Amino acid sequence: MSGDFANLLADLKEDEVLKLTKERIESGEDPIKILEDSRKGMEVVGKRFADGEYFLPELVFSGELLKQVTEMVKPHLTKAVETKRLGTIVLGTVAGDIHDIGLNIVDFMLDVNGFEVHNLGVDVPKEKFVDKVKETKAPIVGLSGFLTPAFDAMKETVEALDKAGLRKDIKIMIGGGQMDEEVRKYAKADAFGKDAMAAVALAKQWIGAK
Amino acid sequence: MAREWAELTPDEKREERFKAWMSASDIKFTSPEAGKAYRERVTRLGRAFQLQKPDRVPCNIPVSLFAASYAGMTLHEVMYDSAKLKQAWRKFLHEFGDMDTYMGPVFVPSGKALEVVDYKLYKWPGHGLSTDTLSYQCVEGEYMKADEYDDLIQDPSNFWLRTYSPRVFGAFEPFRNIPPFTSIEEIAIMSFVPFGIPAVQAAFEALLEAGRESIKWAEAIGSVINEALELGFPSIIGGLAKAPFDTLGDTLRGTQGIMMDMFQRPDKLHEAMERITPLTIASAKSSVSDSGPPIVMMPLHKGADGFMSGKQFETFYWPSLKKVVMALVEDGIMPMLFAEGSYNQRLDIVRELPGGAVAWYFDQTDIFRAKEVLGDKACIIGNVPTSLIMTGTPQQVKEHCRKLIEVCGKGGGYILAGGAMVDEGDPANLTAMMDAVKEYGVYK
Repeated sequence: MSGDFANLLADLKEDEVLKLTKERIESGEDPIKILEDSRKGMEVVGKRFADGEYFLPELVFSGELLKQVTEMVKPHLTKAVETKRLGTIVLGTVAGDIHDIGLNIVDFMLDVNGFEVHNLGVDVPKEKFVDKVKETKAPIVGLSGFLTPAFDAMKETVEALDKAGLRKDIKIMIGGGQMDEEVRKYAKADAFGKDAMAAVALAKQWIGAK
Repeated sequence: MAREWAELTPDEKREERFKAWMSASDIKFTSPEAGKAYRERVTRLGRAFQLQKPDRVPCNIPVSLFAASYAGMTLHEVMYDSAKLKQAWRKFLHEFGDMDTYMGPVFVPSGKALEVVDYKLYKWPGHGLSTDTLSYQCVEGEYMKADEYDDLIQDPSNFWLRTYSPRVFGAFEPFRNIPPFTSIEEIAIMSFVPFGIPAVQAAFEALLEAGRESIKWAEAIGSVINEALELGFPSIIGGLAKAPFDTLGDTLRGTQGIMMDMFQRPDKLHEAMERITPLTIASAKSSVSDSGPPIVMMPLHKGADGFMSGKQFETFYWPSLKKVVMALVEDGIMPMLFAEGSYNQRLDIVRELPGGAVAWYFDQTDIFRAKEVLGDKACIIGNVPTSLIMTGTPQQVKEHCRKLIEVCGKGGGYILAGGAMVDEGDPANLTAMMDAVKEYGVYK
């Protein structure tokens, strides 16, 4: 049954997923199991996205399904869900840029691949990256940007992390819109990733995970 | 245009339009040399656009806001001061030197006009973004709700006026209270009553004020463009149009919303795009003047690689876009499809458009492959990486241009350009592009 649930979610069967969620809650099953199955389903979605079978519409829709399931389950939860995480990543779109489509795809993919993601959102001042890295001790920072003003904002963010004495302890990846290897050099980041799958591969490589 | 327009074939119409662009009948050139240079440039561009071999590869310098930073000004300054706007763009015009095209300040809106109507769809420097930011950016949102498809489909103008406008323009909130104009019939004094409400009057006053400001603004922009034309520098953008999917996905339903609709209400989405398509066509056609460039730029957004699958592209994005493209082609107007992001997975699908009738402007697409797949059917434009132009050296830029010219320039039908627009950086990197077409792009 649990395998079915994950598959239905991965196949984006909205009606069936919601019906089954309701049935499982009513049957008195441990709600955490439902969330665990949801997570498995989302991992499949992530895999299909990485394989080029799913695209942005499927990510958006699966995210919405997950939200609905979580909302149905929430009132029945008695304890917090604990998930083992591979590592921590601070993520955000740099100052002066308010785009988040790419940012959220990267967030999604890192999350379903087992990372704890602190997504700071858009137009994030460099100080906020510094503070969050200090607070979370995250070894990885992901800078997102869509437009050309992000070139300088990325450079300044990397410099701020350096000035705060954090640079040697962290790896920085950049990506999005007009970013590429040239910008990576310009901003003095450690790597450029062309898509969310590259972000996952980089993150895994940096923390030494397989 | 002598013969009855309706009797001409699409190819004949296009030829007539390109001829009219070339004839420059309403431009008062500053000198005979300027007139000659204009005709050379338009001939060069026109031949490339129509898949022929010009004297050399033309170059479209990728500048839209560049003139501001070039003149040491912020976007904020030029958005709020038309004198500074003119000063910056004239400085670039007079100092840059030879160029095949000139981009006037058409992408700089008046900050005051936007403020007067309390525009919420965009953030710009000094209004949601810091004053030194060199861009304005769209605020994603659901400006049309999922259950409003029927309202839109039934009467788009009414939906725009009374539902959409109040959401994106704070000052137009009271428009919710005015009646649909189709209800105004016979002796309609009762229909006028809502227009007497002070709040509604204030909304119209804001609209009038935006109108007054915009006329002044358009005059400033027009004066620079005219000066450029009189000096012999043509523009290549005659009008703008969007793909119907993007009209819905960018600023009505939003990315998130439209992607949900692809699963939850695909029929409504299709119906809405069908409803929007003729409106897009009419607006694009009316934006092209009889003597200006017969080219409509179409920035394409949410059909790019990664945004959707090939099947979704063929189902949701392409059919209505193709209708818009074909309607322009049939009227002799050349759509210049600006594929933002990359279109590697779309090349085989878009090949079906008629030969010599459209141009493809590529951002990050593998342009060598694009030339292979589309080169016999469409003019190819692009794609020196923006990052290289902004952070590289003139030598690196020139070398990259050489490669592009050698491969994409083969046989004509190619215009060298940036992938996207460059808003700041070393002007020598732009000059390097002009140098490259002159040195490597001459057809023997």
